[in-house]
Order: sequence, then C-alpha cells, then structure tokens
Amino acid sequence: METFTQITSQIIPLLVNNIDTDQIIPARYLKAIDKNSVAEGLFADWRYLPDGSPNPEFVLNNQLYTGAQILLAGNNFGSGSSREHAPWALTGCGIRCVISTGFADIFNNNALKNGLLPLTITETQFIQLLTKLQEDPFTKVTINLKDQTVLIDGEVEFSFEINAFAKKCLLSGIDQLDYILSFEEEIIQFEHQQV
Amino acid sequence: MKNSRSEPLTLLDKIWNEHVVVQESDAPAVLYIDLHLVHEVTSPQAFTGLRERGIKVRRPKRTCATMDHSTPTVNINQPQSLDAMARVQLQQLRDNCAEHGIKLHELGCETHGIVHVIAPEMGLVTPGMTIVCGDSHTATHGAFGCLAFGIGTSEVEHVLASQCLLQNKPKSYEVRVEGELPIGVSAKDIILALIARIGTEGGTGHVFEYTGSTIRALNMEERMTICNMSIEAGARAGLIAPDETTYAYLKERPNAKQGAAWKEQLARWSTYHSDQDAVYDQHVFIDVTQLQPMVTYGTNPGMGIFINELIPQPLQETNFEKQQTLQKALKYMDLDPDSSIEGHPIDVVFLGSCTNSRISDLRKAAQLLRGQKIAKGVRLKPGEYAISTSNRNFEGRQGKGGRTFLASPLTAAASALSGKITDPRKLMGG
Ligand code: SF4
Repeated sequence: METFTQITSQIIPLLVNNIDTDQIIPARYLKAIDKNSVAEGLFADWRYLPDGSPNPEFVLNNQLYTGAQILLAGNNFGSGSSREHAPWALTGCGIRCVISTGFADIFNNNALKNGLLPLTITETQFIQLLTKLQEDPFTKVTINLKDQTVLIDGEVEFSFEINAFAKKCLLSGIDQLDYILSFEEEIIQFEHQQV
Repeated sequence: MKNSRSEPLTLLDKIWNEHVVVQESDAPAVLYIDLHLVHEVTSPQAFTGLRERGIKVRRPKRTCATMDHSTPTVNINQPQSLDAMARVQLQQLRDNCAEHGIKLHELGCETHGIVHVIAPEMGLVTPGMTIVCGDSHTATHGAFGCLAFGIGTSEVEHVLASQCLLQNKPKSYEVRVEGELPIGVSAKDIILALIARIGTEGGTGHVFEYTGSTIRALNMEERMTICNMSIEAGARAGLIAPDETTYAYLKERPNAKQGAAWKEQLARWSTYHSDQDAVYDQHVFIDVTQLQPMVTYGTNPGMGIFINELIPQPLQETNFEKQQTLQKALKYMDLDPDSSIEGHPIDVVFLGSCTNSRISDLRKAAQLLRGQKIAKGVRLKPGEYAISTSNRNFEGRQGKGGRTFLASPLTAAASALSGKITDPRKLMGG
C-alpha cells in the first residue's frame, strides 16, 4: 500500500451532506474486474452532462483545482454500499485525503486500506476551514499525519484524531493481510478449538 | 472487564468474544469469520490479489458464491442479453470458484438468487456465527442472532486468504420496539421510522440489537427486513436474539440436524441473548402503537414521514447545512414543501431487493393486488417516480434521474392499484 506521511494541496470543496457511494461511483461503473478502470466513474452523474461532456458547473471540472489532492465534503461521507470502488475511484483521480465531520464505517475502512486518509474533524474545525477557503478559495493546506496536524501557511490550524493502528499502517504502508497472516499459528489453533 | 464471568454481557459481546483469535494492544482484533458470502462485483480484485501473492482460499467450505448483481432480472437463462463487461465479470467468478474449490450457485440453478435471500433459505446461517460479504446488506443475517456485516474488497481478500478480519469492536445500541403493530403497518415501516428518527448516520460505529415485544412477534422474514436496513441508519450490523421463531425456521431448512444433534445445537443457540442487566452503549425506544405507514420523500432513507404527513418545509430547518440538503433532495424529487405525499402519482412499482423480496412480502402484496400485474425489473426513465420496497432512494439508485419513494410491500401494492401513493389501511378496512 502507498504510504501517507504529508501532503500539501488545495482543497476541493464539495459541501454536500450524506454523499453516498452511489454518488461517488454509480453502479454501472462496477462491472470492471480491475481497480484501475473505475476512476472515470468518479461522481459520474455530477461530473458529466447527459451527453457525456464535462459539466462545467461541477467543482471537480474546475481547471483551477487540477492536481488538488484534498476533498472537503459534508457530513456522513461514503454511506451506502460497501463498494471499495469508491476509494479506488477517488485515489484514481489523485485524491489522497477526504475531510469531513463524519464518515460511514465501511467507507472509512476501505479508504484506509488504499492509502486514502479519511480525516474526521469537528464542526468547529469544519467552519474554520470554510472561513479560510472563503478568504482564499485556492489556499494550500498541509496535512501532516505524523503530528496529526492541519497547517495553513506553515502554521498549525488544528490537530486531528486518528486511530493509532490506522495511523501506523498509513505511515509505514503496512499491509493488513500480512499482519493477519503473521498469526497463522493462532488461527490454526483457533480452528482446532472450534471443531 | 466485560469478560469476567459475573459481568452481564450483550449478545454482541458474546459473539465477539467467541471469535477473537488475537487481540494485541493498540491494534484491532483478529476476528474469525465462520461464513463468507461472495458475489461477482466485489470479489474479482480480491481473487487477483490472492493470485499475486500466490495463496489459495484458506477455507473454501466456509465460502459460498452466487451471482446476483451484474445479472439479468428477466430471461435469466439468456446472459447473452448482458453487455460484454458484465459477462466477463460473471465468467471471472466461475473461474475463480473453480480454481479455489468454492461452491457457486450458478445463474438459473435452483438455489440461485440474491445472496441475502438464498443463504438463510439454504440453512447456511445459524445463531452465534460471524458472517461477512462484500455487500453492505449482509446485516440481513443478523436476524438469526449472527454478527453479520458488509466488507470492502480488500477485506474480501483478507477473509479468502486467512478466514479472518481485522476489526475494532463496535459499540452496542439497543433498539427497543414495543407494542402491537397496527393494521397496515409492517416491519418495513418500523425500520423506516427508526432511520427517520436517528438519521442515516445515527448508528455509525454501532451494532443494533433489536429487542422488545414487537420484534419477538415478527416472523424471520420480517426480522430480516429490519436487520437488512440497519446499514441505512449507519450501523455496521443489526442483531436479533434467536428464539422459538428462529428455531422453527431453521428446523425446516435443508440439512437441518435431527434428534440429539438438533437438541445439542438448540442448547448452544439458546445462550445467544443479551444477559439481563447487560449495558448497551446507546438506546432508543420505539412505540409502534403510534406508528403509521412510512414513505420517504427525499434522497436518503432517513427522509421519511407518515403517509398522511406533509412534506417538510426546508425553510423551517434552522441548521443551514440540513436546510441545503433538504432543498437539494426536494429539487431532485421535484416535490413541493408542505404538500401531501399521499396521492402523488407514480410510474413504476418495484417489489423486490434483498429487503423485501421474500415470499411473505410477495404474499402480503398479492393479497392486496388480487391478480393485478406488477412492474418488475423496470429501469426508471429520468424524472419518473417509483414506489419501491427496496432499501435505498439515493439519487440515480434505480437508474439515472429516477426518483424513488421507499415504502413497505403493503403500501407499494396499494399504490400499484391506484397509480398514486396510497395508504394501504384504506384498502384494508383498518
Ligand atoms: S440492495 Fe439490491 S443490489 Fe444490494 S444486495 Fe440488496 S438486492 Fe442486491
């Protein structure tokens, strides 16, 4: 898995609550059997017009955000289906961090396994970020995972919480399956007891 | 410690404790998985991962596969009607199952169907198990007193490879439901009412346990409907402790044990309940005597009201974000605030999905329909309205631009007769 230590980028604001995985990637893009070809489906119903051309009003199509790696979304991001295609589509389009006041459980788990940081902030911090973006929509923000801080212009804006194990995995790119398989002995023992 | 003998345990504690293989400090538990259900959409990349590592499926016997997403809803034996990508995906599942010795319930075979409908029907699901599937509605199986939840494709790979998952223990949440259900009100209305009450993120990080006299009085299929939609309230899973209703259902399954073996099993199953005085992390109480048929008006399952209530007015919402969310939803649905939802015209009626496509759902609807035909497997045209017994009304869920009202099979059937949203009680003399 790709490691995550620190990124500096503009923030793409997508201030809608309850963005579900059907919006992140509609079901018709789930027929792929690899991970790489799902990126074109990211937010497809919002990103493209009915004739297939880019919707100029959708924020991701704004040239000024080209290359941005951080998405700021409304509350309860990633609810709905368990499709891991959602984080694949996001990372496939260069997003490395989604900031929200809350994430649905399965999305949160899926993101962490793909080097995508689901960054949960408080409502106050959310408003703080919004205010900064109002002052300068293209302001660059740094996310430092080791220190668990969000910085603007080199100054710490606030710090955030993250589960210690998830942090360790992201920082050093630990593969969770390798971790599980390191307990092979214990698994065998457990299976014996279970009959 | 919750593990000590004297401490009362919740049902969640019991199942959890029995399945922890390893628990290191500062790390999630390595949790053993008894049954892994696999389907074509969320598994191909997981099998590819196994191949890249050169490992085989650890316990093919604990793995069960079906094809239920990229499949035709009509003419199931004519997969040539599918597009090329869907066909490749189905073939991939066949190849993967053959390579790893996994039983596949093939298109058109007798046991084929929606994974969450067929697994209980085949008797694969029994109390106290841990069950996962790369599908969020895996929560359905909690109706049997199992810890059952949806996982992503990386986790599908983990379970295929190790029969284990890394999990942090979820919190417990008691949903107590009391009272006798009024005529025309059903399990679907209970769960829609719960989601409307606590919101689509109300259960995040928790596992619901449904308790109370109303739940006890429900049959297994109704219990599955409720557990199925636990995820729609954000919960990982829903649980219902097994009882006589559960045992009676299981006794009729193919390959159910007999005689002494059955009794032995029953003795074990009957330990799967929360102890008296067990402490839950959260609670909610629902009195169903006041409940009415529910219909959703918006674009998430939490946007539901009684059928005779008015569609909410966004301007009355004081929280700005919520106001915007509501406005956006009503715009998508093209509905007016303060207007009534009852009587709204509909184009399509959908009776189906893993929430409400079980035989008892269809029977209930059939009683009302008296020989009328139901539109089945219909894709909505943009702008059209469907009343649906499914579980999600997200934008575009039933086809791009389609608009979905979620409701119970009874309400859907009543609406099918009149072509507009109809209170089933008016047809039932209730
Ligand atoms: S919601 Fe629909 S697609 Fe998902 S498992 Fe249920 S029936 Fe299948």
